[in-house]
Amino acid sequence: MSTAVDLRDPSTFPSRRVEAWKYTDLARVLRETPPPSPTVETAPGGPFAALGGEEIAFANGRAVGADAFVASGEQTLRLRFVSDATGTGHSASVRIAVKPGAKLTLLESHEGAGAGYVASYRIDLDIPAGAEVTRVVLIDEPADAISVSVAHVKTVPGAVYRQTTITSGARLQRQETHLAHGGEGTEVTLDGLYALSGERHTDLTSVVRHGGLNGVTSQLTKGVVRDTARGVFQGKIVVERGADGTDARMGHHALILGERAEVDAKPELEIYADDVQCAHGNTVGNLDESALFYMQQRGIPADEARALLTQAFLIEVVDRIAHDGEREVVREWLTARL
Amino acid sequence: MLKINNLHVSVGDKPILKGLTLDVPAGEVHAIMGPNGAGKSTLGYALSGRPGYEATEGAVDWRGESLLDLEPAERAAKGVFLSFQYPIEIPGVPALTFVRTALNAQKRARGEEEVSAPAFLKQVKAASAALKMDFDMLKRPLNVGFSGGEKKRMEILQMALLEPSLLILDETDSGLDIDALRIVSEGVNALRSPDRAMLVITHYQRLLDYIKPDRVHVLAAGRIVASGGPELAHQLEAEGYDKYLPQAA
Ligand SMILES: Nc1ncnc2c1ncn2[C@@H]1O[C@H](COP(=O)(O)OP(=O)(O)O)[C@@H](O)[C@H]1O
Ligand SMILES: [Mg+2]
Repeated sequence: MSTAVDLRDPSTFPSRRVEAWKYTDLARVLRETPPPSPTVETAPGGPFAALGGEEIAFANGRAVGADAFVASGEQTLRLRFVSDATGTGHSASVRIAVKPGAKLTLLESHEGAGAGYVASYRIDLDIPAGAEVTRVVLIDEPADAISVSVAHVKTVPGAVYRQTTITSGARLQRQETHLAHGGEGTEVTLDGLYALSGERHTDLTSVVRHGGLNGVTSQLTKGVVRDTARGVFQGKIVVERGADGTDARMGHHALILGERAEVDAKPELEIYADDVQCAHGNTVGNLDESALFYMQQRGIPADEARALLTQAFLIEVVDRIAHDGEREVVREWLTARL
Repeated sequence: MLKINNLHVSVGDKPILKGLTLDVPAGEVHAIMGPNGAGKSTLGYALSGRPGYEATEGAVDWRGESLLDLEPAERAAKGVFLSFQYPIEIPGVPALTFVRTALNAQKRARGEEEVSAPAFLKQVKAASAALKMDFDMLKRPLNVGFSGGEKKRMEILQMALLEPSLLILDETDSGLDIDALRIVSEGVNALRSPDRAMLVITHYQRLLDYIKPDRVHVLAAGRIVASGGPELAHQLEAEGYDKYLPQAA
C-alpha cells in the first residue's frame, strides 16, 4: 500500500487497478510529470500561528529553513506545507525525531493557493518510549489541486500518539498514515474528519500494524459529502502474530447530503494473534428528516438546521482533540465550512 | 384569528383530513378530541408545514395571511408553534443552544434584534424554574435521554421562551403524572392572552380540567363532526367516541 508516488516518474502514479488506490485513481487525473513549481516566499504564520511554537515551512516543496526537527521537552511545532502554484508540481519530505520523554504538539497545515497544482509529501516520525506526540493536520486546498501525503509513524512500547486530520478535500487528495504500533503501554488515536462539497475528493487511508502485546488503538473518522463530492476511508488494522491482548477499535461514519455524492469505506481487520479485542463500525446515512422538521418548526431555517445537525454529527471528532487551542482552531475552521 | 376552511390533507397518497373546517378567534382555546387515527396529529403537522403532509384542497388563514404556502420556519416566525406528541431528540445540540438559535432565527426573520446570551440565560433560568426543571438538563443535547415527561416539559419551556401566538399542543398530557400535568398546564395557561389562539389536541378530558377550553371539537375520520362547549368533553369522557366512528355514521 505504500507505493511511493514520485512526481518525476509517471510510472509511480497508481491507477484504480492497484487495489489500494481503487477509489482514488491518481493516474486518471495525472498522466505526466508536472513542470516544477516556481520558488515562492512565505512569511511565518498559517492557521495555527496563534498557538505559537517553532515553525518549519515548505513553500512549493522547498524548505524555508530547516527540513528536519528534533523535539525535546514540551514543544509545539508548526509544520507548514504551503503551495502557491498553478499547473505545476512539487514535493518535499521531512523527518521529525522525538527525544524520550518529550511532549510534542505537531500542528501540520497544508495551505494551498493557486490552481491545479500537484503536491506530494512524505513525513517520517519516530516516537520513543515515554514520549507523547499529538499531531493535528489541517488540509485546506483549492478545489482543483492534486495532493498525496504519506506519513510513516513508528511507535515503541510506552509511546503515545494522537492524530486528527481535518480536510475539505481537493480535486484528488489522499492522506496515508502508516503506523507501526509498539504494543505494551502504547496508546494510539487516529482520527479523521472530512467535509466535502462541489466535486472534491479526499481519501483517508491508514494502516496500523500492531506488533507488540496489549497495544491500544482507537480510530474515529467522520465525514460529510455534498454535491458530487466523494469521500474515501480505508482503514486497516493488522494484529500480528504474538500481538496478544491488542485492543483496537475503528469507526467510520459519514453523511451523504448530495444525491450524487459518494462515500467509499473499506474498514479491514486482519488478526493473527489471540485474545484480542477488535471491532469496527461503519455507517453511511442521511440527516434525520424528522429532526430537520422539528428544528424548522422552531424557526430554524432549513439550511441552518442542516448545518447545525451536520456540525453536531462531526463535532465528536473535534471534541476528541486533546488540547483546547487546537480544538478551537479546528472548530472554527469547520463551522465556517458548513 | 385562525380560519381553516375545507382542508384536505394527504400523507403519501392517503387522504387523512377530508374537509376540515375550524375557526379559532383571538384569545380562545379550542380543544380537539377524537379517536386514535382520526387525524389530530396530521392537523398539527399540516398547520406547521411538515413535508409529506400535503394540503390538496382548502385554505388556512392565519391573521389574514395564507399559511399553506410558507416554509415551516417562516410559519414559526409568524407565531406558529407545535408542541409535538413525540418530541424529537437532537443529538449533539445542547438544549440551550438549540432554543437560543431558534429564538434568534425567528427574531431575524421578523426583523427584530437578536437576544444577547446573558439576557437569554436570565429568561431561561426564570422559565425553567417556573416549570420546575433542572437547569443543568438544558446543557445536555436536546431531548436525548430525557424521559417522556421531561420531553413534554421541554416543549412547554420552548413555548414559553419563543412566545408563539398560535399554540398547537398535541397530546401534551401523555406521559405526564398528575403533578407534572399541573405544572405544565400552569405554563400553558400563563400564555393565554387576547392576542393568542390555542389548539389543544387531546385524547382525554383530564387535561381540560387544567386548561379550560372555550370550545371543544370532535375530530373523526378527518373532519370535525361535532362541536360544543366544555361539557362536550365530559360527555365524550363518559360515552367514548363510538358514535363518531365511521361504522356508526
Ligand atoms: N407519516 C405517515 N405515514 C403514513 N400514514 C400516516 C402518517 N401519519 C399519519 N398517518 C395515518 O394517518 C391517520 C391519522 O393519523 P394521526 O394524524 O397520527 O392520528 P391521531 O393523531 O388522531 O391519532 C392514521 O391512519 C395514520 O396511520
Ligand atoms: Mg396523534
